[in-house]
Amino acid sequence: MSVQNFPPIYSTVVEIFQWLKSVYKNISFPEKGSCLSSGRSLAPRGRRSCSSIGCIVSVPFGSHNNVWSTGRDPAIWEADTDAVYAALSHHLWSTFTAPEAKSSNEDLKEMLESNKESLKLEAMKRVVGLIAKGKNASELFPAVVKNVASKNIELKKLVYVYLVRYAEEQQDLALLSISTFQRALKEPNQFIRASALRVLSSIRVSIIVPIMMLAIKEASADMSPYVRKTAAHAIQKLYSLDPDQKEQLIEVIEKLLKDKSTLVAGSVVVAFDEVCPDRIDLIHKNYRKLCNLLVDVEEWGQVVIISMLTRYARTQFTSPWKEDNEKAFYESEEEKKDQTEATPYTMDPDHRLLLRNTKPLLQSRNTAVVMSVAQLYWHLAPKHEVNIVTKSLVRLLRSHREVQYIVLQNIATMSIQRKGMFEPFMKSFYVRSTDATHIKTLKLEILTNLANEANISTILREFQTYVKSQDKAFAAATIQAIGRCATDISEVTDTCLSGLVLLLSNRDETVVAESVVVIKKLLQTQPTQHSDIIKHMAKLFDNISVSMARASILWLMGEYCERVPKIAPDVLRKMAKTFTAEEDIVKLQTVNLAAKLYLTNSKQTKLLTQYILNLGKYDQSYDIRDRTRFVRQLIVPNEKSGALNKYARRILLAPKPAPMLESAFKDRDRFQLGTLSHSINSKATGYQELSDWPAVAPDQSVRNVEVVEPSSSESEEQSSDESDETSSDSGKSSSGSEKSSSESEPEQKKKTKTKKAPQKKSKAAAAVTAPSFGPVKTHELLHHMTGKGLSAKYHFPRQPCLYQPSMVAVQVILANSSDHSLEKIHIGDRSPAGLNIHCFNTIERLEPEASVTVSMGIDFSDSTQAANFQLCTKEDQFSVSIQPVVGELLMPSTMSEQDFSKEQGGSFAGRTVSSGALVLVSLELKESSALLTINTEKSVMASMLLRDLKQALALA
Amino acid sequence: MIHSLFLVNASGDIFLEKHWKSVVSRSVCDYFFEAQERATEPENVPPVIPTPHHYLISVLRHRIYFVAVIQSEVPPLFVIEFLHRVVDTFQDYFGVCTEAAIKDNVVVVYELLEEMLDNGFPLATESNILKELIKPPTILRTMVNTITGSTNVGEQLPTGQLSVVPWRRTGVKYTNNEAYFDVVEEIDAIIDKSGSTITAEIQGVIDACVKLTGMPDLTLSFMNPRLLDDVSFHPCVRFKRWEAERILSFIPPDGNFRLLSYHVSSQNLVAIPVYVKHNISFREGSSQGRFDLTLGPKQTMGKAVEAVLVSSQLPRGVLNANLNASQGTYTFDPVTKMLTWDVGKINPQKLPSLKGTMSLQAGASKPDENPTINIQFKTQQMAISGLKVNRLDMYGEKYKPFKGIKYMTKAGKFQVRT
Repeated sequence: MSVQNFPPIYSTVVEIFQWLKSVYKNISFPEKGSCLSSGRSLAPRGRRSCSSIGCIVSVPFGSHNNVWSTGRDPAIWEADTDAVYAALSHHLWSTFTAPEAKSSNEDLKEMLESNKESLKLEAMKRVVGLIAKGKNASELFPAVVKNVASKNIELKKLVYVYLVRYAEEQQDLALLSISTFQRALKEPNQFIRASALRVLSSIRVSIIVPIMMLAIKEASADMSPYVRKTAAHAIQKLYSLDPDQKEQLIEVIEKLLKDKSTLVAGSVVVAFDEVCPDRIDLIHKNYRKLCNLLVDVEEWGQVVIISMLTRYARTQFTSPWKEDNEKAFYESEEEKKDQTEATPYTMDPDHRLLLRNTKPLLQSRNTAVVMSVAQLYWHLAPKHEVNIVTKSLVRLLRSHREVQYIVLQNIATMSIQRKGMFEPFMKSFYVRSTDATHIKTLKLEILTNLANEANISTILREFQTYVKSQDKAFAAATIQAIGRCATDISEVTDTCLSGLVLLLSNRDETVVAESVVVIKKLLQTQPTQHSDIIKHMAKLFDNISVSMARASILWLMGEYCERVPKIAPDVLRKMAKTFTAEEDIVKLQTVNLAAKLYLTNSKQTKLLTQYILNLGKYDQSYDIRDRTRFVRQLIVPNEKSGALNKYARRILLAPKPAPMLESAFKDRDRFQLGTLSHSINSKATGYQELSDWPAVAPDQSVRNVEVVEPSSSESEEQSSDESDETSSDSGKSSSGSEKSSSESEPEQKKKTKTKKAPQKKSKAAAAVTAPSFGPVKTHELLHHMTGKGLSAKYHFPRQPCLYQPSMVAVQVILANSSDHSLEKIHIGDRSPAGLNIHCFNTIERLEPEASVTVSMGIDFSDSTQAANFQLCTKEDQFSVSIQPVVGELLMPSTMSEQDFSKEQGGSFAGRTVSSGALVLVSLELKESSALLTINTEKSVMASMLLRDLKQALALA
Repeated sequence: MIHSLFLVNASGDIFLEKHWKSVVSRSVCDYFFEAQERATEPENVPPVIPTPHHYLISVLRHRIYFVAVIQSEVPPLFVIEFLHRVVDTFQDYFGVCTEAAIKDNVVVVYELLEEMLDNGFPLATESNILKELIKPPTILRTMVNTITGSTNVGEQLPTGQLSVVPWRRTGVKYTNNEAYFDVVEEIDAIIDKSGSTITAEIQGVIDACVKLTGMPDLTLSFMNPRLLDDVSFHPCVRFKRWEAERILSFIPPDGNFRLLSYHVSSQNLVAIPVYVKHNISFREGSSQGRFDLTLGPKQTMGKAVEAVLVSSQLPRGVLNANLNASQGTYTFDPVTKMLTWDVGKINPQKLPSLKGTMSLQAGASKPDENPTINIQFKTQQMAISGLKVNRLDMYGEKYKPFKGIKYMTKAGKFQVRT
């Protein structure tokens, strides 16, 4: 196949060589013809037709040694060839394959199936490009899924992207990849575990639901908070795939809600909101923890936690607003006074805690966080405290257009109920000519809401500028706003009205029409003498062509026809002429006018009315015909019309209630502020109503957890040490919560008992960055120098031992750092001789650089005496010893409150692993000192524990 | 939460889509296009559009609509804020956020979007962490990658997610340690016809560029912190110290970031650095209009007013403008009716002016409203509110960093009504 057949392609190939030349300056290229003759082709050539361009790319890199004088070591070229190859092919693909999507996919498939990593990567990049454009790439599934286990991180990531997109369509093939993820879930690197879980849970194939469930359960107990966060996300994915898993998922949520990590908190609350928003009982125990963590949670988590806590608080606390209502009440009814005074309102400390801890977040740079705090204060704070959010909300108006839109909507709703909140910031709502129309209208809305006797003149002056705006929709909205000000503030009604009448002579039709409509409404609310305005409007009638305005004038004529007895019949006469050409709405009002005039002034208008009714009778519109028939029966007396006729006047000319000119945001407060539902003014899917305050607060003690709640004065100091304290806190709180759950549900006792719980000792190993289940401190068992290449480390996993309940679980990591493999690793002699050890199974062979983790159980008989034993390989024996610290000998234990009479202060209840003797630790905080008490029958243990704790506390 | 994302260009084509849950057909965007058609200006498309089964929340940046598809209740600001964060990240990565840049880097874009959201909930949005996960493309790196076949996905997994300071990566090293702070204040004002100020306020930000080794702990104090009325912080700032001592104490992120934005209380009178004398008039019955504009400095504390740019949207009836600028150049776009005058620096001795006539459509009536004039300007080495940084101290590291601070005042939304 010769290049000359394809002139356009040929030129491009030359271009690419030019490009390559520029990259590798010192390459001399061979003559074009010879260069393109042979070598490796990108794809098998035999199967390709001439039309598929791929075959042209046959690059002679294979024979570079003799063709090119590179001046460099050929080995370098060898290595780079693949990449250049891929780059070349990429250029060609993007140039030529666009019109032939089908064959392109064929080529991609071959690239994916090749054994060149770079070629695969290139192919995957283009597959992702296809997905991004919304093109179908599902037929490549088999080829792609093969690469799921690739070592190359980027390739792997792109395969993940593909899998998540198409797994639902190709369920059977998707299952092929599952085992890869299952393996990855056990990886030591937390990010690999997390991403495996992310992808596994995103594959929407119902067959793997049990696998997902298992993975989520395991991940929710993972050491890494990042993995636990991913688990929280996976909960929602699984729930949407199979809602039947709800009960099991709620268990996981319950567990994760207890998590102390700031990373997890937001995600688990999202899961809670999605899966079981009604299970408010799950929140009780975590309420205070969430409040205290809030400041440190990542910003997105803050938003969801705050809105969840808002709903929670509305069900658990009594209204802080009562006072205000009651005050107004006293003045009228003196009797009630005694009753209300008997129960003065005191805010629940938890309620206060929430308000106090959210306040700093008003300073967040994230607008969503600020808004959510603002809505929390709006819905939960006592009326006089709401004002603190104003400044921050006004600050958000400096942000992007879309942010402004949402914030202004919320301010509009707020400003209806609480003018005072935003009045000092009125000028921030002045409209700029560069604002988008919907922003302008919202600002106008707010300015109107803020208008009162004091500022109305300023506002009206501002409105005068707006009326002249080039944006006519906005000018029309301003006229409506003026109308509203006129009805709301009676002092300015006349000023507004005359201003509006002036606008009637405006050149712009929309302005005139809007003015007419507003004047009509105003006149209706002001049934005083305004006949000259009506006359003026009648004069303008001929020049106005906007149907709504014409209809409004006609209605005014009819309604006040007795005030303008001469003009009204004349208007009717004009209408009779143009009736057939009018819009329906104008026709209807003409019929109305005719009927009213017939009743008041039948002498002049009888014929006109009959003429119009006849026109109406044969009108094209159903409505007009219907109305005409109705009116005729009503006003023209005949034998059929019956009794109604007598009341015609009273029906048609009844005094009508004036329309209310009110804000479009009047009813928006039925929705929680800041929500989507509030924004679109209708209930969005999944919107949860904000309940009313309960009349009587539910039991407050449900939120009690046996943790020292830092009181407000101390919290400043302690918060910096929090990271050190959290590990011990988590121990306390879990034991505390177990305690109370066992009170109510004895069945749960077993379950909670087996739960992994950290122990008191964890304090000694302070310096925790992320609060988790407590840090694990690894100890050296055998150094590789002394172990002739075998090294061993151990740590206490703090889980109940599988082998015997009286044993302490120990995990040993054996590693081979020698250059030969070690065989038959096992445990040999032990001392003291009676030491009860559950050994691990003999490891037959440990390769160089390999490591293996084994678990064993040791019964320390509640003493800190070291367990000595020999670690043996085929050739050698090494004496090693494990020295436990006291804390590792304890297990958390559950007991009722009566049994452990609770002091004010922290406390911990545990049992020794071996004999099960009770160990009780209580901490009593006094002003500057703390009293630590340890009660146990094992006095040696007590003194050692005391020493360790003192040391740890001193460190913290 | 966020279900899908569509990127729509100005001509209404979807050029990128990404789904985080099941796939939503792109036909959902038809509702968006309808709204787009109805809107007269691109900015007038409503940010929240309800459709029968979904809700569309969109932001417009750089002439690209970022349309997020939502299926159930979620705070709209949450989505909007996130979308803006996405745009910021793109800008950070590619220098510009244009359709071409996104199309060129579609793989990086996809990788970023994948990391930023999991199941529609934000996962990693801190630029420091993202940059460790996915290396931003640079010309050099693109070249090297194509040649060597290496990738821009980080080989090492990030450490940031787990440390106490999620915004800062560990192991930062610089040979020159430097910390620069820019205090930039913007004046938002509306000036009425007669030249009196209707409303004026000062909004300021402190942008930082910190390149320091290790884990430095910085404190920044002001001479006059009382000026700051309302502030919002980068998450790194310790709120309690600010509350108690009015001191900014923080462990900075690495590189560029916005440390603080503030509002200067509106009780203080705002000095307006420029004044405008204008005379724009149209006579009834004539097809000519007069245009006369003069700028001058005012209350500038001896600093020069630079980079002055005047723009005004003239009424629709104006066909052309025949003007004479004493300084700088002016342009008039007869289609959009936008008049722009690039003045440059104001010389107090010889005030810049723009004078001449406007020709109106023959027979058209006189426009009702005179155009609004928007002004941009800059003055260096001065914060108009008078805010001054007192000192910057560093703890936790041994070396001596190079410190710098710069002040600048700019016009924000500065409008003159005529």
